[in-house]
Amino acid sequence: MSRAPLLYVGILLTIIASSLGLVLLPEQQLRGLDPVVGDDGVARPVEPGGAVAEGRELYRALGCMYCHSQQVRPEGFGADVDRGWGERRTVPRDHIFDRPPLLGTMRTGPDLANIGARQPSEGWHYLHLYEPTLTSPGSTLPPFRFLFEEREQVLGHPPDALELPARPDGPARVIVPGPQARALVAYLKSLDHSYPVPEVP
Amino acid sequence: METPGQGAGPGVDRDEVLRRAEIDASCRTPVMAFFASGVFWLLVGSALALLASWKMHSPEFLADWAWLTFGRVRPAHLSVVAYGWASMAGIGALLWLEARLCRVRLPWPGLLLAGCALWNVAVAGGTVEILAGRGTSVEWLEFPPFWAVLLGVVFLLITVVSMMMFAARRVAHIYVSQWYLFGAVLWFPFLYVMANVLIHGELARGVTQAATNWWFAHNVLGLWLTPIGLAAVYYLLPKILGVPIYSYHLSLLGFWTLALFYNWAGTHHLIGGPLPAWLVTVGVVGSVMMLIPVGTVALNHHMTTRGHFWRLKESPTLRFTVFGAMAYTAVSVQGSLTALRSVNEVVHFTHYTVAHAHLGVYAFYSMVIWAVMYYAVPRLTGREWPSARLIGVHFWCAAVGMAVYWVGLTWAGVHQGLQMNNPEVGFLEVVRYTVPYLWSRSLAGVLMTAGHLVFAYHLLKLASPSARWIRGPALFGRRRLQEVAP
Repeated sequence: MSRAPLLYVGILLTIIASSLGLVLLPEQQLRGLDPVVGDDGVARPVEPGGAVAEGRELYRALGCMYCHSQQVRPEGFGADVDRGWGERRTVPRDHIFDRPPLLGTMRTGPDLANIGARQPSEGWHYLHLYEPTLTSPGSTLPPFRFLFEEREQVLGHPPDALELPARPDGPARVIVPGPQARALVAYLKSLDHSYPVPEVP
Repeated sequence: METPGQGAGPGVDRDEVLRRAEIDASCRTPVMAFFASGVFWLLVGSALALLASWKMHSPEFLADWAWLTFGRVRPAHLSVVAYGWASMAGIGALLWLEARLCRVRLPWPGLLLAGCALWNVAVAGGTVEILAGRGTSVEWLEFPPFWAVLLGVVFLLITVVSMMMFAARRVAHIYVSQWYLFGAVLWFPFLYVMANVLIHGELARGVTQAATNWWFAHNVLGLWLTPIGLAAVYYLLPKILGVPIYSYHLSLLGFWTLALFYNWAGTHHLIGGPLPAWLVTVGVVGSVMMLIPVGTVALNHHMTTRGHFWRLKESPTLRFTVFGAMAYTAVSVQGSLTALRSVNEVVHFTHYTVAHAHLGVYAFYSMVIWAVMYYAVPRLTGREWPSARLIGVHFWCAAVGMAVYWVGLTWAGVHQGLQMNNPEVGFLEVVRYTVPYLWSRSLAGVLMTAGHLVFAYHLLKLASPSARWIRGPALFGRRRLQEVAP
């Protein structure tokens, strides 16, 4: 081959074509999606704000998505619904406020698209993040002790202290969630795509 | 039928040899700077890899430092090996191959050296930011936008330099390696700039960001690393064997079908995900169609090498090249099969995918880049590799390490996927099943890292004054004349 212009044009055309097809076309198709108003008058999905938004930032900063997906595959494709990871498949509308969407590509840990609905107990989340094997024996989730604070036990058991197994000879200390742990758990509890959407009958 | 640079092989006249030496001399400083930087980042990337791998089966290991948590070390590893090792070593290879194939001196050596320095700064800065918790969680684009802009600027410099050499080329005929190199230098800056602007500038929103992400991320392999790797194979095979490429028409078909289909393959990473069905189907079709360019290139390389396989016994460059070329066929066929919905239903979200990615970037790309280094460094520096034995140790550490890595994680991934698709099996049971295989990956990683250390040591040894007196190429199983310092 000795025709350079053909090479240049061909190379550029192929990439322009795929950028139009795989990026601009879906953006055109999906840009009109809005939240749906449910029977209770609340429009969902809800744009994250306050502690939930902070927790989402932490989820990103700690790289949770490298082991956890946030997407439920359709019934009949995999066992996501049968496992109880969601009542329905997730749809593009569920992610309109996600910057970026944290769909994930690994399930070293379970899917978290509906973890807020599946595990509503704050206490469970704190224990699980502080020492994962307490709630989930055999788990390879790293312990996130650095999100918690250790305090000396002064007046009884603070209401937000973790219910850890007693250590007989240890000093009287309690573990309480720090602000980051609180934000992260607020975000995890907000993950709930069980509301109905028109796309899934 | 064609060979890289007319008149290559035995019987080359004296002027030709001198001109080639002049071109190599013009490449020396910038290309060696990119090579050495690449090797440095390879060692950093290996350390991060071992750390991440170890944490996966032993989560208590260094658990109390936020900046070493798995979710940061893993993207730091990816970014360091993709943008530090693979891209920097790749740019070195690309610049040298272009200068050789265009038969012109490498222009702007000072500017390229500055670009190399800036690139190092960007990789270092971006990686520190990831470890500090400011990674973007957009796979393959984890560097915060500021560092991405720096990389983008250097990418454009590489493109401009490539176009200058191409415009000044002294050979009318454009050899197949040059098609791929031009593909790489035009495709990648386009992709990198577009993806960063679309995602960080939020021009693409919601799940369209995910589509953009995988359009980009898959093309890092398909339209950046793969073309550099294939260009190198197309250059090295005829050079070492002294025979022309088997078929020009197969070369042509292989290149244009790659250009046409690889572009569209990326959305196979989103099968089953919340995206329009057509978008994912396009990705599946593009991936399966990749069988055409892959089969074509494999046939072309095989027929070129046929009858010369015995030379794998003596030539280090050929051994790395052929291993890489075969891995390219294997990883690509595996990729096309993995994109089938029925296969993807099982192996998506599992360690199988991690094994697959390493088969591409390590067994194919990295092996070919090492082949380029083993071939080019003596020509660039005027010094021979001090030890054929060290090259052998490097090869076997990499090859055996990669095999252990792939077999363990692929097996674990398939079972992990089958178990996850069976709701009767508890999730923690699936996790416990994979742990022994995660250990096998750490073992493989130790072996691979040992190979990298040997390679880095060997490069240092070549640079040391004692290597000045070595004459004759390092070949396996051959004694060579070693001159004693006067």
